[in-house]
Amino acid sequence: MSTNSTYYIPHKATWPVVGTVGLMIMLAGFANFLNGSSIGQPMMIVGLLTFITMLVGWFSLQAKESESGMYNHEVGISYRHGMMWFIFSEIVFFAVFFGTLWYTRNLSVPWLGEGATKELLWPAFDATWPTNGPGKVGGDFEPMGAWGLPFINTLLLLTSGVTCTWAHHGLLAKNRPQLIKGLIATVALGFLFVCFQAIEYHEAYTEMGLTLGSGVYGSTFFMLTGFHGFHVCVGAIILSVVLFRSTKGHFSPENHFAFEAAAWYWHFVDVVWLGLFIFVYLM
Amino acid sequence: MSAVVDEHDHDHHADDHHDHGPAKGLLRWVITTNHKDIGTLYLLFALTMFFVGGAMAMVIRAELFEPGLQFVDPAFFNSMTTMHALVMVFGAVMPAFVGLANWQIPLMIGAADMALPRMNNMSFWMLVAGVLLLASTLFMEGGAPNGGWTLYPPLVLQPITVGKALPFAIFSVHLLGISSIMGAINIIATIFNMRAPAMKLMDMPLFVWTWLITAFLLIAVMPVFAGAVTMLLTDKFFHTSFFNAAGGGDPVLYEHIFWFFGHPEVYIMILPTFGVASTIIPVFARKPLFGYASMVWATASIAFLSFIVWAHHMFTVGLPLAGELYFMYATMIIAVPTGVKVFNWTATMWKGAMTFETPMLFSIAFVVLFTLGGFTGLMMSIAPSDFQYHDTYFIVAHFHYTLVPASVFILMAAGYFWLPKWTGHMYNEKIGQLHFWLSVISVNVLFFPQHFLGLAGMPRRIPDYAVQFADWNMISSVGGFIFGASQLLFLYIVIDTIRGGTGEKVSDEVWEDASKHSLEWTLPSPLPYHTWTTPPVSVPTEHVLDSH
Repeated sequence: MSTNSTYYIPHKATWPVVGTVGLMIMLAGFANFLNGSSIGQPMMIVGLLTFITMLVGWFSLQAKESESGMYNHEVGISYRHGMMWFIFSEIVFFAVFFGTLWYTRNLSVPWLGEGATKELLWPAFDATWPTNGPGKVGGDFEPMGAWGLPFINTLLLLTSGVTCTWAHHGLLAKNRPQLIKGLIATVALGFLFVCFQAIEYHEAYTEMGLTLGSGVYGSTFFMLTGFHGFHVCVGAIILSVVLFRSTKGHFSPENHFAFEAAAWYWHFVDVVWLGLFIFVYLM
Repeated sequence: MSAVVDEHDHDHHADDHHDHGPAKGLLRWVITTNHKDIGTLYLLFALTMFFVGGAMAMVIRAELFEPGLQFVDPAFFNSMTTMHALVMVFGAVMPAFVGLANWQIPLMIGAADMALPRMNNMSFWMLVAGVLLLASTLFMEGGAPNGGWTLYPPLVLQPITVGKALPFAIFSVHLLGISSIMGAINIIATIFNMRAPAMKLMDMPLFVWTWLITAFLLIAVMPVFAGAVTMLLTDKFFHTSFFNAAGGGDPVLYEHIFWFFGHPEVYIMILPTFGVASTIIPVFARKPLFGYASMVWATASIAFLSFIVWAHHMFTVGLPLAGELYFMYATMIIAVPTGVKVFNWTATMWKGAMTFETPMLFSIAFVVLFTLGGFTGLMMSIAPSDFQYHDTYFIVAHFHYTLVPASVFILMAAGYFWLPKWTGHMYNEKIGQLHFWLSVISVNVLFFPQHFLGLAGMPRRIPDYAVQFADWNMISSVGGFIFGASQLLFLYIVIDTIRGGTGEKVSDEVWEDASKHSLEWTLPSPLPYHTWTTPPVSVPTEHVLDSH
């Protein structure tokens, strides 16, 4: 644990610039790709690899410094502030898409099916949900039901929240086997969730005619579940790193910010899913 | 909080770890984690962007000097209005305040550095990356984005409007958002976790308070903008229908989301402005700030209200009547806490032993001219009247009054106020005053006639206009050119002061009795590379005298 009574202030940092350059090349590459330029894809790959190098390098450095006791209690508080407000910003990001869904279902779709809009523009349009709009953008589709894979995925994520907490209890009780087993279960459930979601997407695209282009239903469905699935992947990768560090003997009951941050992130992903299950699938 | 040490350099013995200033050479600036270095980077970058965005404004005013198409083609003109806004908002004003926050917050709260120094470095470079992506569009086929800084669909999604620029502009927004969020998180963590134990929250200088509240705004709205432009991207390139009525979407939704970001965003630029004004005015009035606690609460109220008034930017879009009324009244309420602030500044000056050095001149001009900008805001909040003002030069005049002789003037004031402290050199007061008088006169010649143009019906964002608008446009352009040229004086003063200024050695306090108001004036001038390695044991409370 930390024996340092002083606040650690690093003096120089090379990883931030590496990460920034990587991200910039990746995004410039993506923009070029979208514009149909052949240089786009190689740039994206170079940028992504640079960015991953930064993540590995920076987090290794942090882990090494943490384990050598360079972070005192106050440093830990700063990190917790950082993680907490980062998650808050993510919540806001998801709120935009939940808000979009709410606005679309309760305001813009009903407006399309009433008054002069209906009479003059689209008399045949029936403003019900789900819809791909009066233009039937994307063609006929079948909406995604709630009680198949999505329900199983709900159970998987809820269970993973429990195993994550169980692992935390193991860490606090200095029961390392429990910590490791709990994390293995959490990571496994997380990746299983992603696999099931991939199957769900595959069915949507191949059998149900439901795609990202299926009007506003397809747009909101895939935007919300897609960004969430991406966050599950990120969370599971973070937890995998925490698992790896746990097997190396890292973390103590007093000093385990990385575990806490990963757990907070995981619970955040979990709660977003509950919102999705209710508002995207059920209602 | 306990004492602070710096990094133990792993390759060296621990005994030389007290002996480090900045790294040598240019690399120092790339890898620095020092809050003063990063503050300097932010400020210099912002100053550069101020001139880049200013050059674009000169193109706009040159084209509008007289009716007809003179210098640029209309698409390029539209690119200039779009890029001028984006560069000034995201490249100049916001980064300048983050630069001030980096320099001043640790000094003012007795902290050795920002709480998360490595992330601080990344915030700055992400900003540069974002602006580079945006600026690169100027050199692309089809030119820079020209659909307005608000990037409204469906206009901005039309092939002719965007060329190849749109995805670059969108990813630029993402990078700028990441930069702002990281910066804001750092500021919150620093204020809550690095404050000297002797300083309670209600002892903090108002600059710190306003930045704390601004940081919350940033974290709450930058992701909203990121989400909005992400939907633009998928609508354009991935067949989604968020803003496409044929698919069940609605372009007005974009406006709602954009302004849910956009209105707090304008307060992100004005709240730190309030903070600096509340710091400078008491020093030159030689009185404690009037109504410290009410200033804090007014700032918090304005921040809260900023989230519930967004659709006053959209009165003419076809909102339901109840919406028009609600947003009209909610917007008017903002005048109350803002009025509290204006009266507090005035009361601070009342019967003060005032002197009028350049920072104070700019601050007084801010109080007067910002109030004027606030009044036109109040006019526009009246929904039926706004139908007349909407999308005219009246709007342009309004928000430029709240941004140029408010935010930009206060940034100038902050430069004159703190440069002597940072550099240890005094600026040239004569040139400073010349800069002020040229600026304050020309800024009014520039923007005041735009009220008349707008009320007479001249629309924004057009390169040509009917001849009846010719006279005031010419006057406005003349004012613009003088204002633009005057800012070169500021550039000269900044460089001159860094290189030695008047040669006069400034005292630690710099300004008379300044150390009664805030902690940074108790430190040596120029400031050493590391400050507050042990936190101060007591903090000045002159500025909060009223509330103690």
